[in-house]
Amino acid sequence: MLKNRRLPQILMIVAGLLLILLFTKPIWRISLIAPQYPDGVHMYIYVNKLGGKEPGTLQNINILNHYIGMKYIVPDDIPELKYFPYVVGFFIILALLVSFTNNKYAFLIWISLLLISLILAMYDFYLWEYDYGHSLDPNAIMKFEGESFQPPLFGTKQVITFTAKSYPHFGGYMIMLSAFFGTIATYLKFKIKHEQVIS
Amino acid sequence: MKAQKKLFGNGIAIAALSLLFLISACTPTNNGNSGMLNNDAASAVYVAPGEYDEFYGFFSGGFSGQVSVYGLPSGRLLKVIPVFSQDAEKSWGYNEETKPMLNTSFGFIPWDDAHHPELSQTDGETDGRWLFINGNNTPRVARIGLSTFETEEIIEIPNSGGNHSSPFTTENTEYVVAGTRFSVPYPQKDVAISSYEENFKGMLTFIKVDDEGHMNIAFQVLLPAFDYDLAHSGKGKSHGWTFFTTYNTEQSHTLMEVNASQNDKDFIAAINWKKAEEYIAAGKAKNIPGKHYVNRYDEATHTATSTLVNTVPVLTPEDCPGLVYFLPTPKSPHGVDVDPTGEYIIGSGKLSADLTAHSFTNMLSAIENKEFETTIQGVPVLKYDKVIGGVVKKPGLGPLHTEFDDKGNAYTTFFISSNVVKWKVGTWEVLDIVPTYYSVGHLMIPGGDSKKPQGKYMVALNKITKDRYLPTGPEMNHSAQLYDISGDKMKLLLDFPTVGEPHYAQGISADRIVSKSKKFYPIEENQHPFKALGEGQTKVERSGKTVHVYMTSIRSHFAPDNIEGIQVGDDVYIHLTNLEQDFDVPHGLAVQGARNAELLVMPGQTETMLWQPQREGVFPFYCTDFCSALHQEMQGYLRVSPSGSNTPLKWSLGEEEEEL
Repeated sequence: MLKNRRLPQILMIVAGLLLILLFTKPIWRISLIAPQYPDGVHMYIYVNKLGGKEPGTLQNINILNHYIGMKYIVPDDIPELKYFPYVVGFFIILALLVSFTNNKYAFLIWISLLLISLILAMYDFYLWEYDYGHSLDPNAIMKFEGESFQPPLFGTKQVITFTAKSYPHFGGYMIMLSAFFGTIATYLKFKIKHEQVIS
Repeated sequence: MKAQKKLFGNGIAIAALSLLFLISACTPTNNGNSGMLNNDAASAVYVAPGEYDEFYGFFSGGFSGQVSVYGLPSGRLLKVIPVFSQDAEKSWGYNEETKPMLNTSFGFIPWDDAHHPELSQTDGETDGRWLFINGNNTPRVARIGLSTFETEEIIEIPNSGGNHSSPFTTENTEYVVAGTRFSVPYPQKDVAISSYEENFKGMLTFIKVDDEGHMNIAFQVLLPAFDYDLAHSGKGKSHGWTFFTTYNTEQSHTLMEVNASQNDKDFIAAINWKKAEEYIAAGKAKNIPGKHYVNRYDEATHTATSTLVNTVPVLTPEDCPGLVYFLPTPKSPHGVDVDPTGEYIIGSGKLSADLTAHSFTNMLSAIENKEFETTIQGVPVLKYDKVIGGVVKKPGLGPLHTEFDDKGNAYTTFFISSNVVKWKVGTWEVLDIVPTYYSVGHLMIPGGDSKKPQGKYMVALNKITKDRYLPTGPEMNHSAQLYDISGDKMKLLLDFPTVGEPHYAQGISADRIVSKSKKFYPIEENQHPFKALGEGQTKVERSGKTVHVYMTSIRSHFAPDNIEGIQVGDDVYIHLTNLEQDFDVPHGLAVQGARNAELLVMPGQTETMLWQPQREGVFPFYCTDFCSALHQEMQGYLRVSPSGSNTPLKWSLGEEEEEL
């Protein structure tokens, strides 16, 4: 039983450490696929930067977007890329502290904060997509009546001639795994205490 | 009754047959090869849309001075690479960056006769790094990089005339060679042509290739004034030797078709280049005048530089015993080809009906036993019957070139009888003969002159086309034929026209090149002195009569696109940087009245057009490569004012009257 009692703490440490991978791996991937782009144009969203499968990806996306008057995607204009690393760092350190204190309510706070942050982050992501998809230059080269250029939040969507795909990438799956371990840890923490009380 | 029926049946069959005969007699036959062109052949060369060919074929353009790249087996033209000839399409030799590539000691020479492409090798196997090719007329050797498919280096060969026996690499690309087909006075001077025997010499050149592919002349070998026609380097056991065929051992200088065809035997010159290295290390080489240019294109600056070298080291057989031997070979031998094991050196006596195979082992023992017939200008002539390894008897007329497969067979072209003969190395037995259309010169099997041939296809490279394709006036592109050689019998699969003259070709498995092929130039690596790495760096600068325009292109505009303050009589250098960072998005630039060619700039690259405005006015410029849906709008204006005018120099994009 001693082994089991340590398990929530270990899981919480793992949940925290998994988030370190966000500093090297992209969280999300938006792909544009069309016949003349046989390899697709793949934009990677990291916790602190925007990147691509090729060095010129962002430029290539901006070149495509300029035909419809979409704003240039300039990483320096996105403040989230500056403070998100601190948020991630906060969750990593907090996970270690939670594990150290071994307090079940601390576990609950950590996982609750993480899930709330994730919901907020997705909402923020949606707002950015909405902004890029709707704040079009009135002098746009090509205008499409009633067409929405907003990429999907999650999933696949046809945007004019392009198939736009928006899915989590490696880092995104790591967040999910972290949340999963955090939830299990919290659940076990409560359950173990409960059993101990009974016994 | 039965017999009657049978007879009746036979009667019908005979009638049908004779009808068939009549029809076929009335139908124009196509050289009797129609039986070959069945569905089987069609599917063998069919590469479905979007699929890739199995092999790259690099075909020399002969007198077009270029190299054309084909996919095999489909015969689809993939690219034409400009080498020795100016190419307006790619601005090769027209833009400021590539003009130095065509520089020679005779000045700028915008053409040459490109004969023998030769792939670089590692351990006797094609490695997909580079392709070398010789320029025959003003002796040169070029190196093409196979990540960019662009000519990266051209070296001039001094003391030579007619660089035909070239480039023919050694098995680790230690050297490429350059032997003179036309002997010339040495040193070059004003003498009576009739003093040929006294004043003329034949020079063989060994060009060292370093790990970056840079070429430098390592040494030359001064030989009698014969015509050094073709070459191949040894491999395996004969690695360390290079063999050159000769004709005109008569040393004639006029009516050569008769006078150079008198001797029953000419020679194959065997050069021991490892011995040459020893002699050079021992200080036996003399530095002689040999003014030549080495022109190198730098991928970082996207610019070529041309460097003059004044002397070359030369070795003479008299000072260097064991460096050169002559192997008597009938009769005016053309091609010299070494089998994959390196044992047999096949001399194709083009005025003979037989093929001569010298044995390398026999040659070494003849040298050891001093089996010399005579000595010519310090070069021992080995006894023919001591070096001969075998003879292929009368397979055709006019043998020229031999390549090999991976099953111990050889394939030799016969120009006069217009066919390819397959024979067995070692038994010298003829296995198969197929016609070619017409008058085949070289042939090519991927890796067919290396240690590891890939004997699936063979391409016949023909000199005469005649009726093979729809007529196109008096001049026809030369034809090539693709044969399946995987079975016992050669089988014609495909017939296709080529660019210029497909003098010789090399083939290589596509997978040795595909993964290395560059998609674009990373812009951060651009070190061009007049680059503009963003629209913020664009500008126009004047210094006296010279104007430098730092211009960029990206879909779908130039920056700047309005330029004023240029004057009649200026030298305007327009340096265009293509800011794109995507595969296959070049931008072009054409300026009205520019007396050269367009620019065609690859992503991340900078190229320069020299424009010398002659008239006042406002002249449009535009992008020539259909780059996007707004390609037509990719245009701009250059205002030209009179010489000495006060129009201020200014440039803009988008906003009126605003500098960038």
